[in-house]
Amino acid sequence: MLPSLLAMEATIQVTGLRKRFGSTVALDGMTFTVAPGKVTGFVGPNGAGKSTTMRAILGLDSVEAGQALVGGRPYRSLRHPLRQVGSLLDASALQPSRTGRNHLLWLAHSQGLGARRVDEVVEQVGLASAIRRRAGGYSLGMRQRLGIASALLGDPPVLVLDEPVNGMDPEGIRWMRGFLRSLAAEGRAVLVSSHLMSELQDTADHVVIVGRGKVIADVGVSELIESASGDRVTLRTSARTQAVTVLAGAGATVAVTGADTLTVTGLSGERVVALLGGSAVPFSEVSAHRASLEEAYMELTRDAVEYHAAEIQESAR
Amino acid sequence: MTATTTPFRSGVQVGRDGFGQLLRAEWTKFRTVRGWVIGLVAAALVTVLIGLFGAAASNISCSGPDGGPCAGMTPPMGPGGVPVHDNFSFAHRSLTGDGSITARMTSLTAVSSSDGQNPVSGLQPWTKAGIIIKESTTPGSQYAALAVTGENGVRMQHNYTGDIAGTLFTRPSWLRLTRSGDTIAGHESADGANWHLVGTVTLPGLPSTVRAGMFAASPQHEVITESFAGASGRSYPTRATAEFDRISLQGGWPDDTWTGEDIGGGPGGDDIGFQESGDGVTVSGSGNIAPIVAGRGGLGTTVESGLVGAFAGLIAIIVVASTFMTSEYRRGLIRTSLSASPRRGRVLAAKAVVLWSVTFVTGLVAASVAVPLARAVQRDKGHFMFTVPTATELRVVIGTAALLAVAAVFSLAVGTVLRRSAGAVSVVIVVMVLPYILAIASVLPSGPSDWLLRVTPAAAFAVQQSLPEYAQVTAAYAPADGYFPLSPSAGFAVLCGYTALALGVATLALRRRDA
Repeated sequence: MLPSLLAMEATIQVTGLRKRFGSTVALDGMTFTVAPGKVTGFVGPNGAGKSTTMRAILGLDSVEAGQALVGGRPYRSLRHPLRQVGSLLDASALQPSRTGRNHLLWLAHSQGLGARRVDEVVEQVGLASAIRRRAGGYSLGMRQRLGIASALLGDPPVLVLDEPVNGMDPEGIRWMRGFLRSLAAEGRAVLVSSHLMSELQDTADHVVIVGRGKVIADVGVSELIESASGDRVTLRTSARTQAVTVLAGAGATVAVTGADTLTVTGLSGERVVALLGGSAVPFSEVSAHRASLEEAYMELTRDAVEYHAAEIQESAR
Repeated sequence: MTATTTPFRSGVQVGRDGFGQLLRAEWTKFRTVRGWVIGLVAAALVTVLIGLFGAAASNISCSGPDGGPCAGMTPPMGPGGVPVHDNFSFAHRSLTGDGSITARMTSLTAVSSSDGQNPVSGLQPWTKAGIIIKESTTPGSQYAALAVTGENGVRMQHNYTGDIAGTLFTRPSWLRLTRSGDTIAGHESADGANWHLVGTVTLPGLPSTVRAGMFAASPQHEVITESFAGASGRSYPTRATAEFDRISLQGGWPDDTWTGEDIGGGPGGDDIGFQESGDGVTVSGSGNIAPIVAGRGGLGTTVESGLVGAFAGLIAIIVVASTFMTSEYRRGLIRTSLSASPRRGRVLAAKAVVLWSVTFVTGLVAASVAVPLARAVQRDKGHFMFTVPTATELRVVIGTAALLAVAAVFSLAVGTVLRRSAGAVSVVIVVMVLPYILAIASVLPSGPSDWLLRVTPAAAFAVQQSLPEYAQVTAAYAPADGYFPLSPSAGFAVLCGYTALALGVATLALRRRDA
């Protein structure tokens, strides 16, 4: 099905990006799509190519192969780019002696916007009290809010944010989560990078997991957690040795994970309860294991990334 | 797949996409950083203050005989307010109405003395003697002269700055001046039979009765010794002697005899250099009939002397202009700028236009204040003025502003290429300010100085030269005297050329590099 032109506006399409810094491969065929109406997490360890990809999307870095399109067009061909794409790459990229408001003002002027729009976005990010102070005195959290404000200036359908919660306090992180979700709910495509999967726990609908310049997994968050959880069962028992004997005898893989806890793989919760009851092994709790996003991510990026990528894409299908 | 997402619609209205928006953005950037605004104000202030300080620090502490003002402090002013030398020996009579004077010069000799004891014979290149028609014997009055010179043949000169070359280099030389109203024609001849017109000049408002006759003058012999430590000049008086015969007068010549006079007050006044023998007349004298040339040690004041502080203002502007770009690289703000305007050449162009404008206005204000202020101070100190036409004065003031503005764009371009403020500031100071100082402050001899002011962007300082070089006046005309090797427009073009080149490289670099 061909996407409609209107839907095209709020998308990012990254296809086969390749880039090298000297002998280091930065991007190795990076390919993914960011859909409208969702927060898409862009996750990977430092050096995986997240920032380079974002700079390529914004037309700041050239690539040797592939292309990045925003709303179906290369960024460099956009006339008022900030009205198409709002971006925040580095919240500290500020002239310290310029006030936050004046920073937003010159950006607004460059897009043909006026001071009224500046006041609107300042209100939106809750920075009104500090906006007339020199940006050099801002905390990292305030800079992130200023960065979000500048990304919102043109009220764009697409947002590209590099580590926007980095350096924020817990209250700020909570605000940012809600804010990003509300931006996506308005139909915008929101791409948010992070090197910590946990930061995206309650934010992202979809994640693009990258390592060594390419996509390892491109998957919905609920599917990812399901697949990482697998058919594992957590068992709490005082008779650990007996339980291992019984369950292993039934064909399960049993791992000791604590003084009185075991993780059982290969058997359903009901079967475990039935087996333990039949052998009169005492237990206090049996629960289906639910992986956190962080766990799922750790599992993916632990060692052989390519192998895991294949596996997860198989299971996600 | 659930397609519940409604397409996003931006609430911000789309306006036109113009270069004006970019200009406005860059102007907002500039005015909202206090350091840059302060930098410009400082540039204007140091320019004015150094100009004033230079004027206030120059003290004339000399007095002539009997406590009078010293010689050279109040030179006669020629037509147009040009300060002039008007010293010569003159054997003259009245000429009323139209008429002519013809004379044959049989010999021209001169002596000079480098130690005041032993005279050495030898003509100066511009030793001159011949016939002259002059408004009056008052120094600075109008004249037209036809003269035989030491090394430059026959010349028709008038009103101090006018100089027309004749063709005759042999002696005896026949000379003739013919007055007809305000117009005076000069003819030369080798034999008194075949005459050649050297030139015709107009002396506006010449009175009916004028003084006419034979004259002799010989400028001082200048010896300038240059070294890397500076230049030292010494000058020795010289004296020319010219012999005339076959004098013939046509028209209204009421006097019966020649009157010998030292015009402009000779050095001693002991002997008037005029003798008559038969139909021959011998005139001998020192001095010169020529415009005064500005220079080191002179007591006169030029328009540009109030602008000596421009180099300091330039340094401040170089810092502001380079930082306008390099600070974006330092802070990472360049990525914000280029994502706001992906057409990168336009970002650089907008920055250049904004910088050019603000520095031009700054320079114009500074120069317009510095020139009259310095002039007022110097006038108080007793300096005389080298008056120049208003157009020239405007060119000096506006040219200085334009120099600062183009230098700002040059610094911006260098800053874009190097991306580091320390490097960019050093490069521009080394290629522009340093050569200027080396040349102007007599650190280098005039040869290397001239060379520097031809090939470096410092050549643009030629826009500040208000006085022309006179081919008929021997002087050093070195950069240290305020004389540049290139014309104002050519010097300015050198800076513009470097700036265009740097802008080209900067545009390429900005486009090709990852931001």
